Amino acid sequence: MLRRTLAVAVKELLQLRRDPRTAFTLFGMPIALLLLYGYALSFDVQHIRLAVVDQDGSRAARDLADSFLQSGYFDLVSHGGDPRVLDRLFDTGKAQAALVIPAKYGSELAARRPSTLQFVLDGSDSQTATTILGYARQIVGSVTPVVRTGTGNAAVVQAPLVWYNPDLSSARFLVPGLLAFILMVTSVIATALAVVREKERGTMESLRATPLVAIELLVGKTLPYLLLGSAATAGTLVTARLLFDVRVRGSLLWLAAVSLVFLAVSLGWGILVSTIAETQQVAFQLGLLSSMLPTFILSGFIFPISSMPRGLQLITHLFPARYYLTALREIILKGAGPEVWWNQAVGLVVYGVAVLALATVRTVRSL
Amino acid sequence: MSSAPAPPVVTARELTRAFGPFVAVDSVTFEVRPGEIFGFLGSNGAGKTTTIRMLCGLLAPSSGSASVLGLDVARDAAEIKRRIGYMSQRFSLYNDLTVEENLRFWGGAYGLFGARMAEREEWAVETAGLQASRRTLVRSLPGGFRQRLALVAALLHEPPIVFLDEPTGGVDPEARRRFWDLIDELVAAGKTVFVTTHYMDEAERCHRVALMHAGRLLALDSVPGLKRVFPRGSIVEVACSGSARAMAGIERLPGVSEVALFGDALHVVLSEPSALPSLERSLSETGCADATVRAISPSLEDVFIRVIATAEGRMV
Repeated sequence: MLRRTLAVAVKELLQLRRDPRTAFTLFGMPIALLLLYGYALSFDVQHIRLAVVDQDGSRAARDLADSFLQSGYFDLVSHGGDPRVLDRLFDTGKAQAALVIPAKYGSELAARRPSTLQFVLDGSDSQTATTILGYARQIVGSVTPVVRTGTGNAAVVQAPLVWYNPDLSSARFLVPGLLAFILMVTSVIATALAVVREKERGTMESLRATPLVAIELLVGKTLPYLLLGSAATAGTLVTARLLFDVRVRGSLLWLAAVSLVFLAVSLGWGILVSTIAETQQVAFQLGLLSSMLPTFILSGFIFPISSMPRGLQLITHLFPARYYLTALREIILKGAGPEVWWNQAVGLVVYGVAVLALATVRTVRSL
Repeated sequence: MSSAPAPPVVTARELTRAFGPFVAVDSVTFEVRPGEIFGFLGSNGAGKTTTIRMLCGLLAPSSGSASVLGLDVARDAAEIKRRIGYMSQRFSLYNDLTVEENLRFWGGAYGLFGARMAEREEWAVETAGLQASRRTLVRSLPGGFRQRLALVAALLHEPPIVFLDEPTGGVDPEARRRFWDLIDELVAAGKTVFVTTHYMDEAERCHRVALMHAGRLLALDSVPGLKRVFPRGSIVEVACSGSARAMAGIERLPGVSEVALFGDALHVVLSEPSALPSLERSLSETGCADATVRAISPSLEDVFIRVIATAEGRMV
């Protein structure tokens, strides 16, 4: 039993060695994707083109405008006292945001009377606009009390404290998701192709005539991919650390354990795909569709599950990446132990057993 | 064959396999004796592959039964797989592995390892004449080499019987001849070979041949036995210019039962040998003035055509 399984694994490894394309897909692709998405998929908004309309001209007004520029998020594109220039600036896209400081801002502030600032935004990209508004609120909120303190009055200091990802970097948030995405896509496709290739070439018929049973064939075929997938996971983490300064705060051992379970689930999924597809082309597309899209959209990778409609939230439970991703974020970002994410791990194990059982049953039937 | 008959290696009793309404193998009964080359001759779609797949435990019979090495194909498929060799119609080696790697894999699939594997690998390389190509990728081997390699790969675990499904498809005549020399060697060493083919010259090299047509086994005998369907002297070859045109005319002559075109010549089957002189006299009337006529012994193809014609006549 063990010998026959080993024979299949060795054969698969030899074939992998002669097929650099698959090896690259498994190993190079994850890192390429990490670079691509790590740099491109950034939600950080910087270099916001800001126009300042200062109708006051007081020192307080200049301080306020300065704090926007010194925040690092804003670039000044226009400074003046006439609000009528804004129409043109927004129409031509020269400005994304405008801060309008009303006359008497300084004196009202000094007299401790409320003053109204106007903040104008280009809302055509709602997500960016929301982010900019957030920055603006934060700056105004943190600056005005300081100004007040300077005049010797009420000292209300707003100091936001962000946990786990203090500089709110997208890379840190994305890396766990990318890891899940990469592992899922590459392992599903690689295993599906590896099995379907035998069908296509006709070697499957000969394998069926040997004493090899389905489980030996499946374990033997997936073992090399499990190894390669693990190596790719490690490679992705190292790359993330070097390029995006994403450190794993939690236990590497737990990370490896959870990743291994997730890999097994993905491999099972790939085998399941292979029992349906008859050609490598179909297997590739089926594998891609069934692994990439759900992992991208329904795992919380990019769109938070908590803000999805109720029905969709339930559907996310059908995709393994959801469990893995949640546990992964806990481990990588928060350094949390199993007492926090054990339910995700259980979900993953249950899922894995179900998928592998189904894959085996289907393979036995097709053998 | 021998005076104390050994038990048959393969026994099929009314073996039938249907795919939906299509009956691929229709109530086939035969036995394969130990140490013989048993040929299954038939055109594509005759049911040869389906039969072989049932015997190898790859496909369950719809009805009827079969046993291989005393094991029932429906119940003991797993044990049968362990004890037989099988070379499928589709190419069964990995193109991206070397000769050695392929042998080690297929040996491993049968649980061979260590010293025994090394010894069998040695045997296989030598038997197939591949000493110089051990480290060659199978992709770059000539067709005939690959076929021989596939055969020895199916014999690594020393099965007493090997099933070959159209083993020489797509290789040149010289490679086919070498392949069949190898089969003769195996049989001399005591193996039983069950082989399907649609090549008549290959069937001639079998000890016994079963003729399959449309899922049914129409005849089963040794090659000389099959040829006795025709009485001695009842088949003649007529060679003349424009034989194809003369065919219809000759078919209508008295004493002629069948005419078939073989290359440029015609094979004419007489209803009885005494009809020969009248055929020779009448040939000029059919536009075959320059004809040369000689009695020939029937080829397997003559037999095949006759058997099918008879069966179809009966079926209609």
